[in-house]
Amino acid sequence: MRRSILRRVFDLSIAHKIPLWGAALILVSTFSVATLLMYRSYGDLRASLIAGSASLGRTLAQTLIPTLLHDNIWRAFELVSAPIHDTIANNPVQPQFILVLTRKMKIFVSSDPNRFPMLTSLRQYGTAYAQLASRIAPDKIASPVVFEAPTSPYLFIAVPIVDGNTRLGTMILMHSLPALNFMFLSSSLSAALFGLLVLAILLPINWYWGYRMATPLLRLTRLMEQIQHEIPQQMELETYDYGDELGRLFSTYNQMVETLQEKAVLEHEMLSSERLAAVGRLTSGIAHEINNPLAGLLTALDTLKHRDNLDQRSQHTLGILERGMLQIKDTVAALLVEARSERRSLQARDLEDIQTLLQGQLQKQQVTLEAELTFTREVAIPAAPVRQILLNLLTNAIQAAGSSGWVKYSASCEASQFRLCVRNTGTPIAEQQLERLFEPFVSYREGGHGLGLWVTYQLVQQLGGHIEATSEDSEVRFLVVLPADEAPIDEVPVDEGTE
Amino acid sequence: MKRLQVSNRRRIVRALGIAPLLLSGSAGLFSTSQATSTPRVLRFGMTPVFLHDEYQLLERWRRYMEVKLGRQVKFVVRDSYRETMDLLRLKQLDFAWICDYPYIYLQPLLKLLLVPLFGGKPSYRSYLIINTNDHKSHKLLDLRGRIFAYADPFSNTGYLVPRYQLKQLGEDPKNFFRKTFFTWSHRKVIEAVASGLAQAGAVDSFVWETLHLQDPELTDRTRIIGRSEEFGAPPLVAHKDTVSIELFQQVQKMLLGMADDPLGRKLLTALGLDGFSIQQPQLYDSVIRMMRVLGEYPIP
Repeated sequence: MRRSILRRVFDLSIAHKIPLWGAALILVSTFSVATLLMYRSYGDLRASLIAGSASLGRTLAQTLIPTLLHDNIWRAFELVSAPIHDTIANNPVQPQFILVLTRKMKIFVSSDPNRFPMLTSLRQYGTAYAQLASRIAPDKIASPVVFEAPTSPYLFIAVPIVDGNTRLGTMILMHSLPALNFMFLSSSLSAALFGLLVLAILLPINWYWGYRMATPLLRLTRLMEQIQHEIPQQMELETYDYGDELGRLFSTYNQMVETLQEKAVLEHEMLSSERLAAVGRLTSGIAHEINNPLAGLLTALDTLKHRDNLDQRSQHTLGILERGMLQIKDTVAALLVEARSERRSLQARDLEDIQTLLQGQLQKQQVTLEAELTFTREVAIPAAPVRQILLNLLTNAIQAAGSSGWVKYSASCEASQFRLCVRNTGTPIAEQQLERLFEPFVSYREGGHGLGLWVTYQLVQQLGGHIEATSEDSEVRFLVVLPADEAPIDEVPVDEGTE
Repeated sequence: MKRLQVSNRRRIVRALGIAPLLLSGSAGLFSTSQATSTPRVLRFGMTPVFLHDEYQLLERWRRYMEVKLGRQVKFVVRDSYRETMDLLRLKQLDFAWICDYPYIYLQPLLKLLLVPLFGGKPSYRSYLIINTNDHKSHKLLDLRGRIFAYADPFSNTGYLVPRYQLKQLGEDPKNFFRKTFFTWSHRKVIEAVASGLAQAGAVDSFVWETLHLQDPELTDRTRIIGRSEEFGAPPLVAHKDTVSIELFQQVQKMLLGMADDPLGRKLLTALGLDGFSIQQPQLYDSVIRMMRVLGEYPIP
């Protein structure tokens, strides 16, 4: 049971444990230091009281010797009354009563004769006094004898009155213990107030420190716990931007998350490009298998068509067959992305005159088109596939932009990278759609056959570049990045792929 | 107790105040031995028959005397009668204000100068006082077995009278009280009784009454349960050997004249006196009578 409670304490959240432990340590140390200091201060107070009192006692005892020898009571009374002043009656350092005892423990004189009349026996004042009498009775006693009894509110300091070797009597100085305690308590009170002040400063600092430590740790813990299910977010470093181990832990965590995210993106891209490659191999394989017999069929059909003895009905049927086969051929041709034999390097005007080609579509759709071409020199990329890529993307964009929309495209060449960017207004593309956008026969638009982007993708792949599509707010953006050499080279080897 | 604190403080003030007095006195003595043409310093012994520890008052009185006599005056203040008596015996004093008991003791050496007047009379009494907390004692005989404070072994009212009264009552003064002690001054008898140190005491009526006016808080803690018959007041005496007739008369005249002089009047009031009077030594016969009863006269 006890262990489980302790266990529960240790299992507490660090958000509670750090401030709790800190507060406990602060309280324990403050209280232990305060207690030690108070203990020491009480000891010092008591010791200085005893030392002062014993010194007074010894002086008085010396002065009292003649009065004892000559039985000069009045003089003795004057002497023992002198150190007692009403004005500082509450000061424990001042004796409350001073008694001068004869050897027979009778009061020779006292500072307060009403309380301790002369000639009375010390023992008659109670057990504490009787014990005191026994303590100071021996002929030789140490000077001073400090005596305290639980039944008496006084601290007794006894000093023997010795003349030569003869003990004449004893002087007793009685100090009020309640007054001593009161003095100690009032000095302790100020110490306690100071201690509380220290606590009032330290505890909030401790709480704040714990909060600063715990909050990012808690967040880190929650984020780390998500790792099994998904890649968690990064930490906001402004919650703890120090260079200590915690700060380094958080920034390392952030680096780890970044690496994980990059890895995930890479994996995703690899998956989709592998899928696309597989699809590409499949489609080109099928297309070849279809293309060869189809060429024969079309030749045969052509031969058949030129026969004279064909009746009306047969001619009609042949026409249907031919149109069907031509459609198959078109489709297959589209699947087989062909790299053109043309090896000319790309020039700015190759991209400028595309606008002219699209004029009809633009007017029909009432879409505005803007171009920004920032490259002037020739780029060592074959012009034809790039033109086709741009044409495909712009056709798509104009279709997607909708009535009164806009399409913008830009091309730039920097540091052996040719960048082509096409943006358009229109319905945003959903995340799942983006993933399969470049697969054949995938179309999210009415009337599209889903081969335009497939072809574009194949072309980009063949040129050794990459293409990505993003959709933000009401803007869709395609970015094509192609590797380009510095100098234009006539014969750029182009993977002919399907042919 | 509180009263005692005040008197303690006074004692310290007195202790400090006595130093310049002694210094000025010794300087005076020195100067007379150097220049014999100027008259020598008059030495005036003061005892606790009155409140002899009011030093400011004493100083004013001394200066008054110096001005009136045209010569230096030195007050020799002693706390016990015995010391002043010794000084008189040694001819170290010219004049002294002493108790009637020492006067009788030293009568062959002394000449009665003047007797002070209290309430118009050259007499005073002995008061038997107890602490106000004591409600049971009403007369001297009730004090059997108590602690008793005497003033001075040579005090009339503070020692001779109570012992005489006990003797008259058929008691032995030596055994009647449980314990007796001397305080060496009337004022201190009152303080001892007020503080409870002594349960009873005998005191000079003149001192008690003067203190009663000056410090009623102290005297209010004592109660008078016995007033003796009247005795000749403590006399001012001149030493027969050291004081010439001219000087005797000069000083007598000066002191008598105080009552007619504004400054002298003020001083007398402060001293609690009405003035001084010329009396015959027979005034003190009652003291001799008491001494005889106690077997102390004639002086051995």
